[in-house]
Order: sequence, then C-alpha cells, then structure tokens
Amino acid sequence: MDDAEDLNPLDPAYKSMLRLQLAIAALVLLAAATIAEVAIPGWTGAVWIPALLLTTYALIRVPLRRYHATGFSLAEERLRVVRGIFFRADTVVPFGRVQHIDVGQGPLERVFGLSTLTVHTAGTHNASVSLPGLRHEDATAMREDIRAAIRRDTR
Amino acid sequence: MSESADHTPRRTDPRTFAVRAVSLLSQLVLPILVGGYAILDDGNLADLIVFFLPLVLAVVGANILFAYLRWSRLTYAVGEADIRVESGVLSRAARSVPYERIQDVSLEQKVVPRLFGLVEVKFETGAGGDDDLTLAYLPESEGERLRELVRSRREGTTLQPSDPDTPVPTDSSRLLFAMSPRRVVTFGLFEFSLAVVAVVAGFVSQFDFLLPFELWDWNAWREQLAGPEQWLAGMGFLAQIIGGVFALGSLLLVGVVTGIVRTALREWNFRLERTDKGLRRRRGMITRTDLVMPVHRVQALRVRTGLVRRLFGWHALKVVSLAGDSGSANHEAVPFAQMEEIAPVVAETGFALPEDTVEWRRAMPAYRIDDFLIGFVFMLAISAVALAFGRGFLALLPVLIGGTWMGSHEFLAWRWGWHALGERQLYTRRGWFAPDLSIASRHKLQSVEIVRNPLARLRGYADLRFGLAGGRLRIRGLPLAEARRIRDAVLTSMAEQDFSAVVDDAGSVA
Repeated sequence: MDDAEDLNPLDPAYKSMLRLQLAIAALVLLAAATIAEVAIPGWTGAVWIPALLLTTYALIRVPLRRYHATGFSLAEERLRVVRGIFFRADTVVPFGRVQHIDVGQGPLERVFGLSTLTVHTAGTHNASVSLPGLRHEDATAMREDIRAAIRRDTR
Repeated sequence: MSESADHTPRRTDPRTFAVRAVSLLSQLVLPILVGGYAILDDGNLADLIVFFLPLVLAVVGANILFAYLRWSRLTYAVGEADIRVESGVLSRAARSVPYERIQDVSLEQKVVPRLFGLVEVKFETGAGGDDDLTLAYLPESEGERLRELVRSRREGTTLQPSDPDTPVPTDSSRLLFAMSPRRVVTFGLFEFSLAVVAVVAGFVSQFDFLLPFELWDWNAWREQLAGPEQWLAGMGFLAQIIGGVFALGSLLLVGVVTGIVRTALREWNFRLERTDKGLRRRRGMITRTDLVMPVHRVQALRVRTGLVRRLFGWHALKVVSLAGDSGSANHEAVPFAQMEEIAPVVAETGFALPEDTVEWRRAMPAYRIDDFLIGFVFMLAISAVALAFGRGFLALLPVLIGGTWMGSHEFLAWRWGWHALGERQLYTRRGWFAPDLSIASRHKLQSVEIVRNPLARLRGYADLRFGLAGGRLRIRGLPLAEARRIRDAVLTSMAEQDFSAVVDDAGSVA
C-alpha cells in the first residue's frame, strides 16, 4: 500500500461545495474589510486589497488542494482514508473493527447531493474516522458494503 | 424460590437504609458541631433545645424520608436478555442494559456497607463516564449471584435460577499473585510522595503556632536535643546542622509514613487469582474491592517501573481492557513485583513478554534532531528578545540551559525509545528514568494511522498510531518504509479476527 496508489478520488462536486463554503466565509471577511475601509479615512484599499487577494487565492487554490489531498479505498475489506494538506494522515480501519456507521448530510452537502461517511471503532484513538465529499448514493452503498461485511464476519 | 421470582422486580437490601443513615449522620456531625458551637457560644442551653434540636430532627427526618422514598421506588429486574432498573421518586427512569453490553461486574465494599455485609454492584458497560449502572446496596451473596448470572448469560449458557440465600458455588480458582504484609510495606516505602511532604511542609509553616515546639527555630531544636547534659549546646554550628537534619528528617518521615499508610489501605491482602471467568483481584484494608478482568477482554499490557524501584527490580503490571476507561476501575493486575513474578501472570492473560529474538528498533535520529531543532529555535527567539532588551547575560541562559536540557532529553528519548514487531504482538518501550513497556496484541488493534507533518515528509519519517480499545499506543518518528511494513503486518493480523471475536469470544487466543 503506497501513498497515492489505488486511491479513489472524492466526488468532483466536493470542490464546488468547499468553494461555496469558503465563499460564505469570504463574504464575512470582505464585509469586515469594508467596514474597516469605511472606518479608515480615505479609500486607501490597505485592508480591502489584501483581503480580496486572500479570498481569491483561497477560493481558487484551497478546494483544489483539499480535493487532491483526500482519497479513499475500500480494497481488501478495509476502509482507507488519506487526508490533510500539511499534516498527512493515512488511516486504515478494517471492516471487522467497525462498530457502527453514520452517513451524515449537512445543509450545504445536501445542496450538492454529497454525504459524509463516518465509521466508529472501539479504539480510544481514532474512535471515529470520517470521509467527506462522497456522492450520497455512493456513501449509502459503501455503508451497505461495510455492514454486509460485518454481518458476514459475525454470522 | 420459584423461577419466576427471578424476573420480578426486586428492591435493594433494606439495610441500605441503615448504611445511608450512618453516612448521613457522619456527614451531619460537622454541621451540628458548628451550629451547636455557634448557639452554645451565647451560653443559653434553652435556646439550644428550643431552636437547634427541632432543626436537626427536621433535617434528619427529611433525609430519611427521602432516602426511604428513593429506596422504595428503585427496583431491579433480572430478565432474559437484560438487567432493568427503574428508579426515581417524582420522575421515573427505566434503564435496560443487555447482557452482551456488560463488560464486567465489579463489587465494591466500603467501610460502612462492609459492617452490614452489603456490597455495591457495578455493571461496567465500557461506555465510560457515569453511564455505568450501579446497584447500592445488595447482600454479598446477591452480588456474587448477579455477577455469576451476568457472566453465564453472556456466555450463552443459562444458569439455573439459584436462591439468593444459598451460597454461590465458588469456581475453581488458582492463586497467581499475592502480597504479604511485608511486601505491602516495602511497596509503601517506594510510594513516598514528595507532594505530601510539600503539603505538610506548607501546612507546618502556616500553622506552626499549633505545634508545641518551633520547627524552624534551630535554637529551640538545640535545646530539645541538648537535654540535661547540654552537650549539644556547646557545639554551635554543628548543632544547627543536626537540627536542620532533624526537621528535614521528620518531614521525610511523614512522607514515608503517608506512603506506607496509603499503600497499605489500598493494597492490603492483595490477591490475584485465575478463575474460570478471568483474573480476579481482591484488595484493600477498609474498602475491599473485588474486580474480575475477563482474560479475553485484555487488549494490551503495560509493565511499568519507577526511577528508584527499578534499581531493586520492582515492576507493576497493568491491564488495558475495554472497560478500562471507566474511571474508577483501575486495572492494575500486579502492582509491585519482580519480573519473575509478573511473567506467569502475563502468560495467563494470553500475552507474552518480549522474546529475546525480537528485533528492537529505535526511531530515526532525524526525528529527534528535528524535535530538538524546533525547540532550539524557540529558545533562540527568546534569547533574541532578551538581547534586544540589552540583557546579554540573560540571553545566554535559554540557549545554554534550554539547549542542553532539550538536547539531552531528545538524546535519551531516542536512546531509550524502542519498538518491535513480534510474531503476534507489538512492543513499545520508552522512558529512560522509568521505563514503560507496552505489549499489544496484533489481533486486537482497532485501526492503524500513519501521520506525517511537513517536516516528516521532508525528512522521510512518520508517526504510527494505533486504535486500541481502552488505551493508546503509538510509535513516533520511524522511517516511512518501516511504518508501512508494520502497518501492513498488523492489518493482516487484524483481518484474521472480527471485533466480536476480539472482545467476546472466550475461546480466542491473543
């Protein structure tokens, strides 16, 4: 098992969802910057321009990087989740160790038809491993796969 | 008693009441004394009888009434599949705990219940926190019976309904480890607590006016010691030293005595037995605890020692189990023993101490060097600030002292940090002054994670973290290739057993 090999990418809609999420944060930031601009006498742009540059960069780059940094695989009856841009974490949970499974949808995720799959283990560390940005149907299908594997093991 | 009696709701023992009353009264002693003192201060005994007595009676009466209501409204029923407890005076709560979810049943006897022959029965569910179900108080025999019942139900065999009054047939048990009073006292000597000494020292300096002598007054000490002959008085400076030694010695003595007393209270008559159901531990002088750790639930082992006790070869063995994080339950299997005594207990849990053939490895030096450099950069920053304020000498301190300390710490941590991958187990060993050995079964881990920060990716090392039920286990700063090798090996082992086999199947081997 190597770093990038045989990992499935997330749904491309995840990028759009992240972008929308960031856009909301950007609006708040820009609003704050505008207030600061108004407060500073004369339209210097000292706050507004950096804020605009930062948000533009974030809107273009961050979703792409997040999207490419995340991958998963269900091979060999194991859920493997690789994530993180700076702090790379590569987590493997064998189906046989899964206690229960959640498929969650936030309001934004629902707009894009995405879901987050969370598996829970009995371990104190990594008690839950979550995988965002899955197409809802894929997430439920994965849940069924894992559940079937658990049932087969326990009879 | 007929079989149906087993399913009908029962109440806890009526004597619970007496226990509650005694503990209530002991709680009331202080308020009564304070209140009585305040009233008696006025010197009017009539006032005491008129005002104070009815008040006390009302409080006691209300408490007893409430305790009675609580007792009468709490029932438990032992059902086919679960244990149900209904409780509450005004609002009713019903809780059902299925046998499959009960990890363990522990019996605890505090002083007062012990006088009445009662036990507190606790059903540990592994949920952690306060969610565990407790029944206080039941007769000892009923506690034992419930424990046996839960265990048998869990294993699928139904126990024939037994009368709570007949003694439970004791299953075959074998003594694994016991502590003689002498051993307990030796253990106590090592439990010397500096914190206690500090507290006592602080207390003495605050309240030294209460003592019949001046602790910090060397002259007073000299007079005390000099006695009729006055031979010490003439020795001047030496006498002061002797006085100081005595003051220090008495403090140390307090520390040692506290250590021994605390240890004796906790560990008195320590017995670890192997029963059909697992390891059974009984200990305690005043509060006697009785805990059973099912062997197949043991997830990992920890062997610990301390700075001084290591020199004498004393070690402690701790069991990491699923119910392990439920606070009060301390799963210390052998608190104080030589390795020869620990080895058989380890074997009994289905684990093994690391064989000689195991290949121990260290972390990558690059990891420790990076750790050191990061810390050193911080120290440099502090120095730079000090220098900016023109404190040239002060600027040297962080770099020299901090640097030396961090350097030696990182070196020692690297020198004494080991990990090894055995046939069936995974070992980590760390700590220079108090080595700590962890033994985890490769089959019983829950998940594996490789974590790398930007520096780690640059330098080619990784941290390996394992999901362990009831504990934590990680190996830091090992080469990426080795991290992957260990992960793949562990994952292969994990795939051989399902979770239910890891925690439930009594027949499974670690």
